[in-house]
Amino acid sequence: MTLHTLDTFSIDYLQILDEKGNVDKSLEPDISSEDLLKLHYYMTFSRMVDSRMLNLQRQGRLGTLPAATGQEASFCAPVLAIKDTDWFVGSYRELGGRLMRGEPLLNILHFYNGFEEGSLNLKSPRTLPVSIILASQLPHAVGLAYGSRLQGEKDTVALAVFGDGSTSEGDFHEALNFAGVLNAPVIFLCQNNQFAISTPRKLQTKSATIAQKAIAYGMPGIQVDGNDPLAVYKAVDDAVKRARENKGPSLIEAVTYRMLMHTTADDPTRYRDDAQVESWKVKDPLKRFFKYLTGKQIWDEKKQIDLEKELKQTIDQTVKEFESKKEFKPDAPFDHVFGNSFYLIDQQRAQFLDQLKIESEKGD
Amino acid sequence: MDRINMVQSLNMTLHNIMEADEKVLIMGEDVGLNGGVFRVTDGLYQKFGRQRVIDSPIAESAILGTAIGMAISGLKPVIEMQFSGFSYLMMHQLEGNASRMRTRSRGQFTVPLVIRMPYGGGVRALEHHSESKEVYFAHTAGVKVIIPSSPSNAGPLLMAAIDDPDPVVFMEPKRSYRSFKEPVEDKLPIIPIGRAHILEKGDDITIISWGAMIQDTIKAVKRLKTETGCNPEVIDLLTISPMDIETIIDSVIKTGRCVIVQEAQKSFGPASEIIALINDHALMYLEAPVNRITMYDIPVPLFGREQMYIPSQERILRAMIKTLNE
Repeated sequence: MTLHTLDTFSIDYLQILDEKGNVDKSLEPDISSEDLLKLHYYMTFSRMVDSRMLNLQRQGRLGTLPAATGQEASFCAPVLAIKDTDWFVGSYRELGGRLMRGEPLLNILHFYNGFEEGSLNLKSPRTLPVSIILASQLPHAVGLAYGSRLQGEKDTVALAVFGDGSTSEGDFHEALNFAGVLNAPVIFLCQNNQFAISTPRKLQTKSATIAQKAIAYGMPGIQVDGNDPLAVYKAVDDAVKRARENKGPSLIEAVTYRMLMHTTADDPTRYRDDAQVESWKVKDPLKRFFKYLTGKQIWDEKKQIDLEKELKQTIDQTVKEFESKKEFKPDAPFDHVFGNSFYLIDQQRAQFLDQLKIESEKGD
Repeated sequence: MDRINMVQSLNMTLHNIMEADEKVLIMGEDVGLNGGVFRVTDGLYQKFGRQRVIDSPIAESAILGTAIGMAISGLKPVIEMQFSGFSYLMMHQLEGNASRMRTRSRGQFTVPLVIRMPYGGGVRALEHHSESKEVYFAHTAGVKVIIPSSPSNAGPLLMAAIDDPDPVVFMEPKRSYRSFKEPVEDKLPIIPIGRAHILEKGDDITIISWGAMIQDTIKAVKRLKTETGCNPEVIDLLTISPMDIETIIDSVIKTGRCVIVQEAQKSFGPASEIIALINDHALMYLEAPVNRITMYDIPVPLFGREQMYIPSQERILRAMIKTLNE
């Protein structure tokens, strides 16, 4: 008879760029100036788009949409660490990440105005559409990563992005388990923004960290400051390297904060204090990245003002284009039900169009 | 008697029942502090505390699975699926366990619980927030499916569902949540499960609908009466399963004509079942083929085009006139 410890675990926390803009030089990742500025561009773009879209929603020019402000480092920095040939499998709160993957802003606007056409993303064929059912996309990432490898792609990986609420769903646990068993090259990136609508992270799980859930599935897990673009990048880059070298999946918990509402249908004042929101403002990822870039002397106030001006013009122009095309083919929802044609569906389409014709004639 | 909307009717009922019966418990995502995303459970957490009003982790399967255990233990859980579009994650607990625990244990273990969920389209929401999939649940033997249509029947039906000895799927048409008010008494009468409600008595044609489509149907019927002078009988199903065969058949035998208005897609829906029942019991009384106005067999379009696809008053009216003239 014996009683001995079989295993113990520890979880690392990584922060490289603190909220004051100080860098830990020993941990600083090697990123080219060009890539740093690209990351800065998209984080800024994302913040400005989010704000504009919320305005459009308030004016009734867009439908319900999720707010992304405050989480830019968590969803942009990981995209910098993967290639276009890798898979991006997201949820619905990674606006800047999707822009970085090449999703046109125009498409995003059409999608949030209720038109399926916005989901067609020819510019980024390895980015899956928005997945609203929590964690349901995570097993897909495992299958994509495994499938690409089996079909001869030597180093393709899949980046799967989800929130803290998703870690309660069975699909999260099943996906991590499959990824471990299949040794699938997947990077599971959890944006822990502290809230699942109104439910705080502490009611979601009794685990001290989300990162430690990795241990149970036989993969490394790490918690990073999710508002520190350098830490997020470093953790994802390390995990990508592991995955490319066939060393299997990883789990990264990026600790961030949802600065605004869950979606425009939500009222956060019902369940959280303004003081808490205020306390996260000083941790803003954009502010500290600006300090980092100016410290490296590759950026300054003047360039920032010019960039914001340029981005505003881009957004203005796209919104104008969006507003000029608000109508699409009425029967398009019939187009992609099946990949082949059936009399039943064709007949219903014809009935629908007849109906529409009668109603428009009545309307005239 | 105050004029209240459907959300208020459901909320008032939950307050009353939790007050009267300490075995009733609420569980779901954001149902506590936030009062539910549609505010149906508003104020319950504050009044009855977090032991009886549980803000659960996001796990639909575990919400139902845990509620099954609670129900067997003697509690009466009223759980919420935040949207019906997320309810499919609990499907194996419903089909595999909740629906058949009574059968499996030969009546030793029973599962008296209610699964509430907003369903249906017309609120300009994102994907998975607009479907009408009552048939998924209705196709599960051992599960009752209820769909209220108004503030005055929502509360009573919810009371009946909570009183029921078996699992009840209670689908709330979210388009009707706040769209109109009705005078509702404080002490609500119980509406029995399994009984349809005859909204208007008539002899010329039977119109059957349920959920949010009732409002459009009533408006179309009003126009029909003005335009044709006919005398329609309008039936609000209220219980989808087990269906009230008697009310439907008695009416169709009387009128000989029937139009069914269904928000769900066409094939394999409740309308198909009603037509089959008429075929079984009243075929020889028909003077015209039974007509059904439904969504098409496609995923519900996003809200940009949704309104074109949900059966319109115009479509309902034309179908009724066609059936009258056949």
